[in-house]
Amino acid sequence: MTGERKGLTMRKKQAIAGYLFILPFLIGLVGFFLLNMVQAVIYSFNDVRIVPEVGGLVMDGVGLENFQFVLFQHGTFNRELIESLIDMVWYVPLIIFFSLFMAMILNRHFIGRSFVRMIFFVPVIMATPAILTALELSMSMMMGGRTNVPPDVMAEMAGFSPEAITFILGDFGLPDDLVGFIVDSIFRLNEILRMSGVQILIFLAALQAIPAEMYEVAQIEGATGYETFWKITFPMVSPLILTNVVYTIVDLYSHSPVVETATSFFFEMQQFGISSAMSIVSGLVACMFLLLVGWIVSKYVFYVNG
Amino acid sequence: MIIVTQKLQRLKWFNAENYENTMQKWQNKVKGFILGICMAIIVIGVCYVILSPLIGIVANSIMSPRDIINPMVFLLPNEPTLEHYGHAMTHMNFLTGNDITISIPFTDVSFDILGGTIFSGTLARTMGFSVSFALLHVVIASLVGYGFARFNFPGRNFIFAMVIITIVVPVQVYIVPMFVNFRFFLGLDFNLLGSHWPLLFLTLTGLGLRSGLYIYIFRQFFRGLPKEIEEAALIDGAGFFGTFIKVMMPNATPAIVTVLLFSFVWHYNDTFYSSMLNPGNNLMAAMIGGVGSTFAQLENINDPALEQLVVFAGVVLAILPIMVIYLFLQRYFVEGLERSGIVG
Repeated sequence: MTGERKGLTMRKKQAIAGYLFILPFLIGLVGFFLLNMVQAVIYSFNDVRIVPEVGGLVMDGVGLENFQFVLFQHGTFNRELIESLIDMVWYVPLIIFFSLFMAMILNRHFIGRSFVRMIFFVPVIMATPAILTALELSMSMMMGGRTNVPPDVMAEMAGFSPEAITFILGDFGLPDDLVGFIVDSIFRLNEILRMSGVQILIFLAALQAIPAEMYEVAQIEGATGYETFWKITFPMVSPLILTNVVYTIVDLYSHSPVVETATSFFFEMQQFGISSAMSIVSGLVACMFLLLVGWIVSKYVFYVNG
Repeated sequence: MIIVTQKLQRLKWFNAENYENTMQKWQNKVKGFILGICMAIIVIGVCYVILSPLIGIVANSIMSPRDIINPMVFLLPNEPTLEHYGHAMTHMNFLTGNDITISIPFTDVSFDILGGTIFSGTLARTMGFSVSFALLHVVIASLVGYGFARFNFPGRNFIFAMVIITIVVPVQVYIVPMFVNFRFFLGLDFNLLGSHWPLLFLTLTGLGLRSGLYIYIFRQFFRGLPKEIEEAALIDGAGFFGTFIKVMMPNATPAIVTVLLFSFVWHYNDTFYSSMLNPGNNLMAAMIGGVGSTFAQLENINDPALEQLVVFAGVVLAILPIMVIYLFLQRYFVEGLERSGIVG
């Protein structure tokens, strides 16, 4: 009503207010994000140098040369890219399942729960590179050696022999590849734990948001724990699985060696064009992977509100 | 079995139903007990995996140099000492000793205040830096999130999709032009690098350290609040902004705490943004990276093991403040996550 008096409908007023509220983000989107993205693409097709005397950049178009260098001439980039991708394929399911499992345990009532929850927040706190290096060193000290030893040797020094597990699992008749996967996962447990701090918190929140009545009904109907998990818990947290997959992939990508290589080209060699080309190639690969996994996962996601 | 039951049934105090009930109860109890033990083993085991390097760090940080070469010493030092903490504090400028120069962009004016006081220490500086950026994130993300949650305007879904894209596209992809743009700010020869200004600009425009995620959290949270509470305020003539300040923000405590804590911790730990846009900064994450070599240089020490002890002491000093803060906030935090609709 008041809107019409001023010559603006309530609807228009609302729209204007909405734009005002999101104005900060709009400025950032256009002024920083989109601009930078476009520039990154332009850089990747040019030989870019900073010339302070001219007061800016000098660009020489080189066509696809940067990409050619990155993909076919650079010694390690290719391999690093493939390795990062394999790492993602490996870690994403492990991290998701592990964090869901831990969140389900932490969601139960037991003595000292808040203390345990605090411990699970520790990996989130200690995510600085310098602290991580110190942690790794301390880890090897805890396992009995001051030097850098391969993980399996280290594990053996700590009284844990990987062969034992391999033999036990082999005796069960499991295929060799699966045994290898399990043993490898055990060795990566430490890394998985370190990378799943935030995911555990998100899943924990999701689990607590499931209404208790659902479980009560399931119990009255006589559902087993297995059924309860697959029919209630899993569908209810499935939207968060998608969120966590996205978070995990972005996290893995930004700590991958590919990014380090791109950064070193940028800082140490001042090769802006090549660095941009590297970022764009690896970013594209990461985004493709993200889309693929996101598409697969979203098929199984269940939304309560349709 | 049946015969036994029938025989037992003749006894007054026993009947089949009762028997089955008791068996069921016992079964459940035993099941629960075994399950509890399995869970305890898993929880304690995982906690050990998380904590063991930390325990190692704490134990090593109080060992004297003689203890670390003594093969008989494991975790419990013979001659505990706090001298490494002293070294770490000095060389990280933990409590005092950094210069604080505040420079005004586009001019050559800069001044040094607070030098020599506790506010020049790495701890106070990093705390101030992280807290103020976390607060900025809350202000910006809540405004933008509210805009997305409650207003209808053309292109809303498209722009919100762009928020998701800024979360998904890693900053590493476009860091090069960003660096260049801040080196030649607005296309001129203004160098903004080497100060907090670039990050401040990014944060203010919702593109800072994981800003997209915070916008997402606030949007989901505000969408989950009932519309009635603001309608009353709107009818009373509070205006959109007034409603936001007076009605929505006081109701958003869980989301605020979540965003505050996350952004605080991530700014405290961040090395990527700070090393890219503000190289040569002396925040905690950078200082802890350099404390070992600084110590070796200045004290003329050539023993990597001893250097490592100082690094360990530094690590303890660095993570202690966040642990304390988390301890106080965790109650609100889990509740906040739960209600802030990362979940929805």
